Amino acid sequence: MERIPILKMGDLLLVTIQVDMHDRLAMTLQDDLTTRIVKDRAKGVLIDISALDLVDSFIGRMINNIAAMAKILDADTVLVGMQPAVAITLVELGLTLEGVKTALNVERGMSMLKPGSQP
Amino acid sequence: MRNETSRLGDIIIKNQAELLEGWLTSLVARIGRRDANAENELRQQASRFLILVGNAVNNAGTTDIDNAAWQDARHLLGEISANRVRQGYSSIETANFVFSLKEPLTSHLRAELAGQPDALVEEISATNGLFDKLGLFTVEAYQKSREQVIMRQQQELLELSTPVVQLWKDVLALPLIGTLDSARTQVVMESLLQKIIDTSASIAIIDITGVPTVDTLVAQHLLKTVAAARLMGADCIISGIRPQIAQTIVHLGVNLEDVITKATLADAFQVALQRTGSAIVRNQG
Repeated sequence: MERIPILKMGDLLLVTIQVDMHDRLAMTLQDDLTTRIVKDRAKGVLIDISALDLVDSFIGRMINNIAAMAKILDADTVLVGMQPAVAITLVELGLTLEGVKTALNVERGMSMLKPGSQP
Repeated sequence: MRNETSRLGDIIIKNQAELLEGWLTSLVARIGRRDANAENELRQQASRFLILVGNAVNNAGTTDIDNAAWQDARHLLGEISANRVRQGYSSIETANFVFSLKEPLTSHLRAELAGQPDALVEEISATNGLFDKLGLFTVEAYQKSREQVIMRQQQELLELSTPVVQLWKDVLALPLIGTLDSARTQVVMESLLQKIIDTSASIAIIDITGVPTVDTLVAQHLLKTVAAARLMGADCIISGIRPQIAQTIVHLGVNLEDVITKATLADAFQVALQRTGSAIVRNQG
């Protein structure tokens, strides 16, 4: 079955979504990521959605949920690389992802997750 | 009916030259613009229109100008109306183009049908009905052209009035001028987000000095833009809030608490510099 790879870098987890998200894939990612955060005792999660150029309300909510779940598991979560069209869609859907950190690209997201760089 | 209408068409075609003169005289008398060029153009339009109307009446009668036989005449009227919109004529002047043909036509009908009062009355009422319809059609066409002009101008205004400028490395400014409606918000949002990607800016300053009024809708549009920019990883500062606007925002109960707001663009710029770790220092000596 198709899965989105979760890479471990030190105590960070890196998720890059390179394919079109469909509902099943999003559910699997949610499962995998929460499991991995607990198993690897990750302190931070970086989700790169720069290749995602189409979202519907379900995927938007899944992104929101995944980020919120990672946060509950005490992993700092940064969502990076959102495309303008995706941002506009999410705002129009009322999903402003309050409480989720965002960054323009992976580089900036990484520097936000590095210990001591963020208050 | 068929018989009489065809007679009107014949009268128009037979007396074309005199009708044209009479028409032009009454047109000039009504409109009162005596410019050699304009008069030449008017003469051309009028003679073309006379022929087309004559033919159309002969082919399809006077009752239904939506008929296919009237298509050429309608097309010409639409063209003339569009032209007049561009030249700045008023709607009355445009409609008079058609209405002023009534007088010369009526007098020709009277001469032609001198001995037959019944036929004359019928012809005149048919003529009246026809030209009223044509006149209304002209006004409608005029209005449509006018609306097109307005729409085009709106579009141009929209594109002109949303520049995103880079103030500093990582700092963008978006000086908004004019009222924010949903269509404009969309354009503003799109150009801001695209520019954020292009310049990889981390702070955007939205300056609303040029926004005349802020109501709940405008505030909502502003907040949407801010939220979208935040999703892309850029913080927004709203600046240029005038005293009256601050009062309205609070009276309306709009919540701007999650957004950094500053009174002037200079203040906002200072915050942006601090955030990006830059500073401007005055040269000593």
